[in-house]
Amino acid sequence: MFELFRELFSYSFVNRALLVGILVALCAALLGVSLVLKRYSMIGDGLSHVGFGTLAVAMSLNLAPLQVSIPIVLLAAFLLLRISESSRIKGDAAIALISSSSLAVGVVVIAMTVGMNADVCNYMFGSILAMKRSDVYLSVSVAAIVLVLFIFFYNKIFAVTFDENFAKAGGMKTGVYNMLIAFLTALIIVVGMRIMGAMLISSLIIFPALTAMRVFNSFKRVAVCAALLSVFCFFIGIVFSFALDTPAGASVVLVNLAAFGIFFAIGRIRKLA
Amino acid sequence: MGAILVCESVSVKYDTGFAVENVSFGIEAGDYLCIVGENGSGKTTLLKTIAGLICPAAGRVVLNGVRQNEVGYLPQQTPAQKDFPASVMEVVLSGRLGRGGRLPFYTKRDKALADGEISRLDIEGIKFDSYRSLSGGQQQRVLLARALCATDKLLLLDEPTSGLDPLIASELYRILENLNERGLTIIMVSHDVESAVRYGSKVLHMQTSKLFFGSQKDYAASDAGRRMLGNTAGGGAAYV
Ligand SMILES: Nc1ncnc2c1ncn2[C@@H]1O[C@H](COP(=O)(O)OP(=O)(O)O)[C@@H](O)[C@H]1O
Ligand SMILES: [Mg+2]
Repeated sequence: MFELFRELFSYSFVNRALLVGILVALCAALLGVSLVLKRYSMIGDGLSHVGFGTLAVAMSLNLAPLQVSIPIVLLAAFLLLRISESSRIKGDAAIALISSSSLAVGVVVIAMTVGMNADVCNYMFGSILAMKRSDVYLSVSVAAIVLVLFIFFYNKIFAVTFDENFAKAGGMKTGVYNMLIAFLTALIIVVGMRIMGAMLISSLIIFPALTAMRVFNSFKRVAVCAALLSVFCFFIGIVFSFALDTPAGASVVLVNLAAFGIFFAIGRIRKLA
Repeated sequence: MGAILVCESVSVKYDTGFAVENVSFGIEAGDYLCIVGENGSGKTTLLKTIAGLICPAAGRVVLNGVRQNEVGYLPQQTPAQKDFPASVMEVVLSGRLGRGGRLPFYTKRDKALADGEISRLDIEGIKFDSYRSLSGGQQQRVLLARALCATDKLLLLDEPTSGLDPLIASELYRILENLNERGLTIIMVSHDVESAVRYGSKVLHMQTSKLFFGSQKDYAASDAGRRMLGNTAGGGAAYV
């Protein structure tokens, strides 16, 4: 066990993946609490698919992946939020259309240029090798910005999550905060996508919040628990990925699933007791 | 005292058509207005317009001596809210946000005010409990405490007693009566016409347009009022 950890930390790519990944896991979990409670999970899913499309295009045109993806995914966040605010029912369908279309564009562009290689698989399901040294600075700064903004606007985010109408009647600019949540989510998805994989990053947003809600009853506790749990699961997932040579994203998701199972059982037992 | 709120020919339109059409009325500070009417008659829409959530398609809502962020609003509960993981204190404190300016955290004063409303509504015992574990009546008290954190002038309530059993509902009415006696202006949408007429000082009967507006005594004597009250006396009018 000790050997494994020493080997793990001796690789600089692992250290990079852990550093960026832990920050992403933390931010994703915090934003996830709000997204899940606002019934906006679909937005996270849609954004990750758009992210995949832009990454694929950037890769085939040999452009810097983050720099291309961030503005486009931000734009998508703006659009998706508009769609889901304007009409709830048709909104779901519209987001599904945007998701699958972006995925299709990404796959076709890749097939026509570089071909379906191992890189593509990594983009979809995550790779511990994904973080290049040059990506780390940008990723860490983006994650830090997200974290600071979330903490700074924590009370307001609670208010628009719990009861948007009340907040708006009290004079809060709820549209601004909804947009803030969507933008921060977009940033975290782009940054986390290459470690977690485009298909799996949205689970990093949804799982910890759902898990924490099984057991905890106040917004603050749910947020703190989701954040800690997310970081813990991410770390364990990466260790598995390293030890068993499984895709990073998929491993992290499975650890999250296990945590959810445990918390679900605890919640049930508590209710019975 | 003068008018605290005036609606001038307010019309509100959804893609499906007018939900509120050409409604005019005014109330004074200290009034207790009940808005009654059938399901789908535009009560919620009108209240949301007064709360500043919806822009009227025509006409305007004028507030006198109350800024928009001094309006306390108790919306109809959404199903999502009933299972929301939040403590009572978290919910009540959020009532201070519209007033708090730019500070990211609650001040001592915010917390003291929230505590004050919590004790006024007699929910100290559940202050740290989870909102989702409370009964319907307790949840309404918590939401009322939150609304009172936001206002000491104008309180808007949308069917605050729906889903409550009669005893709990009458306690809530008593609390509202008390608040009104202390000078708080109240506008309440209600499906319970009898109580509306018992406690309210004025009644607005909606049917997309205004069917009746006036004092509660005149309403009881009017055609519209007799029809509604007759219905409830008949026993089976919980549908209104
Ligand atoms: N968001 C909306 N979009 C479209 N139509 C709506 C919306 N909200 C309410 N309506 C319609 O407007 C009318 C009035 O609704 P509402 O104000 O909720 O009535 P009430 O509260 O008196 O039951 C209804 O016919 C309803 O179907
Ligand atoms: Mg209504």
